[in-house]
Amino acid sequence: MLKDITLGQYFPGNTVVHRLDPRTKLLMTLLYIVTLFLCKWFVSYGVMLVFLITAVALSRIRPKALLKGLKPLIIIIIFTAVINLFYTEGRVLVEFWIFKITAEGLQNAFFLVLRIMMLVTGTFLLTYTTSPIALTDGLESLLSPLKKIHFPVHELAMMMSIALRFIPTLIEETDKIMSAQKARGADFETGNIFRRAKALIPILVPLFVSAFRRADELATAMECRCYHGGEGRTKLKQLRYHRRDALCLLLGAVLLAGIIVLRHFML
Amino acid sequence: MGNAVSVQELLFSYPSQNGTPHCVFDGLNVNIEEGSFVAVLGHNGSGKSTFAKQCNAILLPEGGSVQVFGMDTKDEALLLDIRRTVGMVFQNPDNQMVANVVEEDVAFAPENLGVPSEEIRRRVDDALRAVGMYEYRIHAPHLLSGGQKQRIAIAGVIAMQPRCVVLDEPTAMLDPIGREDVMRIVEKLNRENGITVILITHHMTEAIRADRVIVMKEGRILTDGTPKEVFTQVDLLKSAGLDVPATTQIIYELNRQGFDLPLDALSTEECAQALYEQFKVEA
Repeated sequence: MLKDITLGQYFPGNTVVHRLDPRTKLLMTLLYIVTLFLCKWFVSYGVMLVFLITAVALSRIRPKALLKGLKPLIIIIIFTAVINLFYTEGRVLVEFWIFKITAEGLQNAFFLVLRIMMLVTGTFLLTYTTSPIALTDGLESLLSPLKKIHFPVHELAMMMSIALRFIPTLIEETDKIMSAQKARGADFETGNIFRRAKALIPILVPLFVSAFRRADELATAMECRCYHGGEGRTKLKQLRYHRRDALCLLLGAVLLAGIIVLRHFML
Repeated sequence: MGNAVSVQELLFSYPSQNGTPHCVFDGLNVNIEEGSFVAVLGHNGSGKSTFAKQCNAILLPEGGSVQVFGMDTKDEALLLDIRRTVGMVFQNPDNQMVANVVEEDVAFAPENLGVPSEEIRRRVDDALRAVGMYEYRIHAPHLLSGGQKQRIAIAGVIAMQPRCVVLDEPTAMLDPIGREDVMRIVEKLNRENGITVILITHHMTEAIRADRVIVMKEGRILTDGTPKEVFTQVDLLKSAGLDVPATTQIIYELNRQGFDLPLDALSTEECAQALYEQFKVEA
């Protein structure tokens, strides 16, 4: 039952989008989000949508997979849409009982929904086309200037990659513990929410104990393999910028500049 | 050849719950020759895992000394040199993997040592070929079998290019096929690459493949010698709560029934031959 948890799912591939340096993709995602928030009117959104659709097409990620990522957000999207629809002051279009829908509200709701969907789809494209390891490497490299102010960049990246490494192991373990408790008559499926929450205690306690034991053993194993922090560490795969990365970032900058100009003309 | 590991008058104890330290070693002396394949046997709590951790300065002696290829483990300046010289493989392969791609995991040790990228690539490929897992280099470790994971763990140690490898019950969690795979690799490392191997194990069938067997009991060496010398002392081993190989067991029992078979026929072939000789005459 826990098998279908997806966290930072990654679809391997060999397209231009996949081959971009993870740092480029991280920066582009950041640029994309900033630009998206600067959009004002149909023209700007249209430009961004063209950009997003091109990127998705290039990555050969099935649009269905991206839309699936939106599913858990449906409630939030509907909620924000409704709030904006009913609570924006302006020219009234329809009025019934205590509700009134204004033209501005309709417009706000529409753009907000569009913005959230494009935001989520864009960031999903990043995690779908970048392996978790590349992503952590990219983050470590991008944040490395912060080492100067003693921010533990390497330690954070190491923690992230170990956490990612142990997610499947711990899920497997949880499954095992649940089966063991079920075999002894534990009931996880009936009763109200409090009873069910209470039923989780016999799963969480052994899981935590075992996680601590694993952590201890892993630390020893890492010491045995000469781990001594990030100092003087080299990498199997050195990150390198290519020409496509420069082009991509240039495109991002042009996009940002373009949207700022469009914003000026309220488009 | 010199000694890979030389332990002199080792004193060591663990703190226990009631305050009085639990003494593990009280003056242990043992030398492991370079290039040898040594199996260390012992019941739970005999100190064999503690001994393994003393070999690469994970634990430090409280008294006496442990020297690894002439380096004293108490010398902090030599810590990295000691750990890259003596590699260590543990029981649970899941808990010694750091990365979620096989080749990244194997690369972990050379990355820590600051080896240049191209050299790491070469070492990772060599190590993976040595354990027969090269085709799996971009797999996720959690999708592999226990035996395969343990082979990756061994590759991760080989990538450091150590002179000695200590394996702490590496086959305890594996199925028979995985166990045999791991043992074959361990033997190959010793015979072909000249790496000193210290194998800590519960399995007698694994111990008979070593050059030398050390049996530990309560932090002391109970007996020490070639497999044939050690396993013929059936009564001594049983008093330490240990089994003997199945082959020795058969012959020992038959001899107690009045037969006269050679007790040092350890391998299955030798044992079968001895039985054949005996009963051929009878018939």
